[in-house]
Amino acid sequence: MTRRLLTGNGAAAWAARLARVDYVPAFPITPQTEIIETLAEWIDAGEMPGRTVTLESEHSMITAAGAAAATGVRVFTATSSQGLLYGMEMVYTVAGWRAPFVMINVSRGLASPITLEPDHNDIMAARDSGFLQIHCSTCQEVLDSVLLAYRLGEDHRVRLPVIVNLDGFYLSFTREPVELPEAQAVAGFLPPYDPESTRFRASAPNSQAVAVLGSSPYSYFRYESHLAAVNAAAVFEETAAAFAETFGRRYQAVEAYRCDDAEIVLVMIGSFATKARQAVDQLRAAGQAVGLVRPRLLRPFPAEQLRRVLSGKQGVAVIDQNISMGMGGVLHAELAAALYGKPQVPPVLASFIGGLGGRDISPQEFFEIAAITRKAVEDGVTPPARLLYTREELREVRKLQAIAHQERNTLGPEA
Amino acid sequence: MKTASRILGSAFFLADYEVQDAPRYGAERRGAPIFAYVRASRQLINERGIIGQPDLVVVADDSLVSLPAAGVLQGLRQHTVMLINSHDAPEVWKDRLNTAATVLILPAMEDSEDRADLPFVGTACAAAAACLVGVISRDLVLEAIRVELAAHGSQLVERNSNTALRAYDAMAAQAGCVTEGVEISASNYDKPQWIDLPCEDVDRAAPSVHAAATSTRVKTGLWRTVRPVIDDSLCKRCWWVCSTFCPDAAIKVSTGGRPEIDYDHCKGCLICVAKCPPHAIEAVPEHVAQREEKQGA
Repeated sequence: MTRRLLTGNGAAAWAARLARVDYVPAFPITPQTEIIETLAEWIDAGEMPGRTVTLESEHSMITAAGAAAATGVRVFTATSSQGLLYGMEMVYTVAGWRAPFVMINVSRGLASPITLEPDHNDIMAARDSGFLQIHCSTCQEVLDSVLLAYRLGEDHRVRLPVIVNLDGFYLSFTREPVELPEAQAVAGFLPPYDPESTRFRASAPNSQAVAVLGSSPYSYFRYESHLAAVNAAAVFEETAAAFAETFGRRYQAVEAYRCDDAEIVLVMIGSFATKARQAVDQLRAAGQAVGLVRPRLLRPFPAEQLRRVLSGKQGVAVIDQNISMGMGGVLHAELAAALYGKPQVPPVLASFIGGLGGRDISPQEFFEIAAITRKAVEDGVTPPARLLYTREELREVRKLQAIAHQERNTLGPEA
Repeated sequence: MKTASRILGSAFFLADYEVQDAPRYGAERRGAPIFAYVRASRQLINERGIIGQPDLVVVADDSLVSLPAAGVLQGLRQHTVMLINSHDAPEVWKDRLNTAATVLILPAMEDSEDRADLPFVGTACAAAAACLVGVISRDLVLEAIRVELAAHGSQLVERNSNTALRAYDAMAAQAGCVTEGVEISASNYDKPQWIDLPCEDVDRAAPSVHAAATSTRVKTGLWRTVRPVIDDSLCKRCWWVCSTFCPDAAIKVSTGGRPEIDYDHCKGCLICVAKCPPHAIEAVPEHVAQREEKQGA
């Protein structure tokens, strides 16, 4: 086992290599491109077996990934943001084929306006597709999650594709020490994919119910996918236990940090959760009983584990790095749905929206989120949702608007 | 700068530190200001992203200071050490920036005899930083350069190593002057100045610009560190070579075949210098060109 500095993108590529993938359909997009470039280089140099093909779009890329997976080979692909959305028709379609493969999504905010930096609206758009979702907060976790994802998705009880999500820039381009497991240990944990009878061969065609169906068979197949996704929760626990036995790193579906005696709990997904972890340490040093809960698994939604860890807490602050227009934070709504009507539910479930388009969340903001949640507990009133946005930021926007409007005024609307 | 951050990151890692290094950039990459950052700690690093309160800021070119987008002054405190590649003295910069931070000068690399050494300013920055933090030996800097640049061949490793050692030794008097700053306290902090965004009229709130050709208003020429200057007496009026190869369409040719460089938008990539068949275009360091302009005026 060697420890070396790797970016999140590098860790993703290494994971695909260690998983001995057969086929990598690819299409470039910032900030993901480095992953497929690295794999293409290795395959070209003969350092890694397998084939890679650059398709003409993400739509074709995801089709190729699903089709190849249906023939029973191990498939890896990667995309980001607009690319994921461009392929969205096929994201939903291939998930229904029940052919497992792993796709990396490097999170990046969506247009419009356009940005290169991360938030989670791209991955949230794939939320209801049938893909399982694992969310990472460190480069090590990226590598490990891809290996976990193959074993999880390929399990006979699941047979669904899996998206492993990592944040652009804060993981994709950030180097951290990553333990690179031995190929032999990976082979032991992740044996070759055995598609059993679900494999499709062109020489022996069979039907996988892709015809246009009436409501009853349609409902049946859709609900079967849902049940398989629900099944994946227990299979994830098993897989994570096997992973811990082989590699010594234990991954829970929900990471709870300093939560046992916590009164206030922050809830976040993704790489900014490590910033929350740092803030929790500082708040603890200042004598405040604050913890952090980070769902690693978003699909299936680990509702039971979340209820368990949040049971009896006084206040919960959900920090969403996404926004559902006309509703608010997606994670906040999902957590509320998981908690509503259950015993020992925290009386305060506050919503904060921050980190849109990679906007930083400062330590002071985490401290203030904890303070507001504590105050809400004392008052017994949940505060309205709060966008993390400062006066100074608005001043910056005003400057841009002044320039844009100046041009409108001088050139006129016809210009 | 990305490579510089990786050399420094690798050097810390070789010295048994936990490390995080990363570049940051926007949509426009060619010749645009870029920054990268490095965190190092004996413990697991949970902090992530932009460093709000840097202990050391290294500025690879002093022209960056006046670019708001480069943000080199962000988070500067009394505790911060600012190392700047400049011809001006530290007192001049302290006065100009009105800062309490310690300002150190990295001897400007463009004084080097061999102009081919110029691209190694990143290595110089990394090596100087390694000396200033006081926990990285010369040998580890060289080892880190080997780790990061081996793929580019031994010649490049050697030249970067020489540049690195010069920069490292130039900082010897200040070795170890960079120390870890105090964390912000969770019990005594400046409250964030959050506001409730008003719902505004769509004319203002839609992200649209209706005017044409607004990009010309961004003076990308400010990014230039070296200026191509055409020697009229050597120019053969070929009418097309320099202007065709200019990736920013910043060279126009008049009807008489005389090329003219639009310095508001020339980023100083020097492709024209390399392409001009009669070698009629010279590369002049920006600060020298500006000084000459001033004297001529």
